[in-house]
Amino acid sequence: MSAAKAAAVTAKSAVPKLELKGVYKSFGANKVLRGVDISVQKGKSLVVIGGSGTGKSVMIKCVLGILYPDAGSITVDGQDTTHAKGAHRDELMRKFGMLFQGGALFDSLPVWENVAFGLIQGRKMDRKQAREIAIEKLNAVGLPARVGNLYPAELSGGMQKRVGLARAIASNPEIIFFDEPTTGLDPIMADVINDLIIETSKGLGATTLSITHDMASARKIADDIAMIYKGQIIWHGNAKDIDHSGNLYVEQFIKGSATGPIKMEL
Amino acid sequence: MSIADEQKQEVIHHWSPLDGLQKLGHTFLNFFSGAGRLFLFAMQSIYHCFSPPFFGRLLIRQLLDIGYYSLPVVGMTTLFTGMVLALQSYTGFSRFSAEGAVATVVVLSVTRELAPVLAGLMVAGRIGASIAAEIGTMRVTEQIDALTTLSTNPFKYLVAPRILAGTLMLPALVLIGDVIGVFGGYLVGVYKLGFGPENYLHKTWEYLTATDVTSGLWKAAAFGFIVTLMGCYNGYHSQRGAQGVGAATTNAVVSASILILVVNYFLTQFFFAGK
Repeated sequence: MSAAKAAAVTAKSAVPKLELKGVYKSFGANKVLRGVDISVQKGKSLVVIGGSGTGKSVMIKCVLGILYPDAGSITVDGQDTTHAKGAHRDELMRKFGMLFQGGALFDSLPVWENVAFGLIQGRKMDRKQAREIAIEKLNAVGLPARVGNLYPAELSGGMQKRVGLARAIASNPEIIFFDEPTTGLDPIMADVINDLIIETSKGLGATTLSITHDMASARKIADDIAMIYKGQIIWHGNAKDIDHSGNLYVEQFIKGSATGPIKMEL
Repeated sequence: MSIADEQKQEVIHHWSPLDGLQKLGHTFLNFFSGAGRLFLFAMQSIYHCFSPPFFGRLLIRQLLDIGYYSLPVVGMTTLFTGMVLALQSYTGFSRFSAEGAVATVVVLSVTRELAPVLAGLMVAGRIGASIAAEIGTMRVTEQIDALTTLSTNPFKYLVAPRILAGTLMLPALVLIGDVIGVFGGYLVGVYKLGFGPENYLHKTWEYLTATDVTSGLWKAAAFGFIVTLMGCYNGYHSQRGAQGVGAATTNAVVSASILILVVNYFLTQFFFAGK
């Protein structure tokens, strides 16, 4: 490989898969995001930790285009997507998969159609072919084909998370977002979901951005961890450095201590 | 001075005449910003009703839900309204020997006003509430956000099929309601009040014009649009939790019912004023 070609490849790989720069978002007088700066390299797993109400979900919703930031920029593969709409947004959404905190499965559709929804509606795939892929993805998250014919209300919380995960990976996305993937699950099921997240995202070679306040989950699935507090990233580093970050906020959070610089607003 | 007196004095001390003015201003601003949001929502909904992709399967489901399954409610309402109207107008008109006008009064009242307005109100209760509850629940459980992440526009998938179905099906329901309402009047007129069947039918047709029926159908289309729009709007903007969905459902029914009555006045003026 020539030196120029090698330099070009290096430069391309240095471009983060996803990057947020100075992102601000307010709701009336409530300033939720106050200049979020964060980036994830291709194929890496970043977990953002932080307490309730610190802006984690709003940050992900800004990336997904469900909310638009007041200021700052969001880039995917180096391309500005901050205010992408219409066809540009549609094209962008095909790169994304999302696992919602509560699953957000469509009650009126059977499980297989939930999993195949993005393929049928978003990519106009034939229903029969989409069903086959849906069953394959259900198997990938450890659910038998017969679950495909059930409705979401007939499933347990853990099964709903698995279906949500199958839906998130159904269209082989390049970037997968996980919103509190283990919340509300028992420790064993939480660990099963963590394993599935690692297995499926590594299998796809996908970049992942997760938000959680479950430290066990963060330690297991993260390459990098960042902490958000009052709408700003206050620490960002390698997952194995989390226990000696030297940051008092991070230390208090990972210990789950009531005393420290973070004061709970009661 | 007691603590209660001190608190009272403090309250009096902090009150300013500007507070009232500020509250009044807030109320006006909230009203106009709400009206603006509703107008933009309506425009966006209409745009998505006529721009592809179209969800035919969902439209058919909504046509059935709003049209076919509302038939018993609308049918019963118009049947008994026609029957009561015949009884009331007979007893009222007999005071000045105008009993012969009963059939005409029934058919004109039913087609012009009662069938469209009552069907609109009944459908507001049945469909407006169910739309608001369904979409509101989808909002609070993040299903609407999930639609967006799956490259599906919630306006096209949720709002457009419901608004199209409401606008198309209410005129059909009202047309059937017209026939049932007139039939109710016929039953009472012929079997209770002693009118001859042929005479009653003759009187029914004698003064009825096409405008009487079509004006009712246009009204029905407008009411169908209002009911489904208010259901979708309130559900889409539902606040968090069960209480939020409950409030959205109530607001959908109340606002649709009031709008139906207000719009009915202006449509009646448009169709019949000066004629």
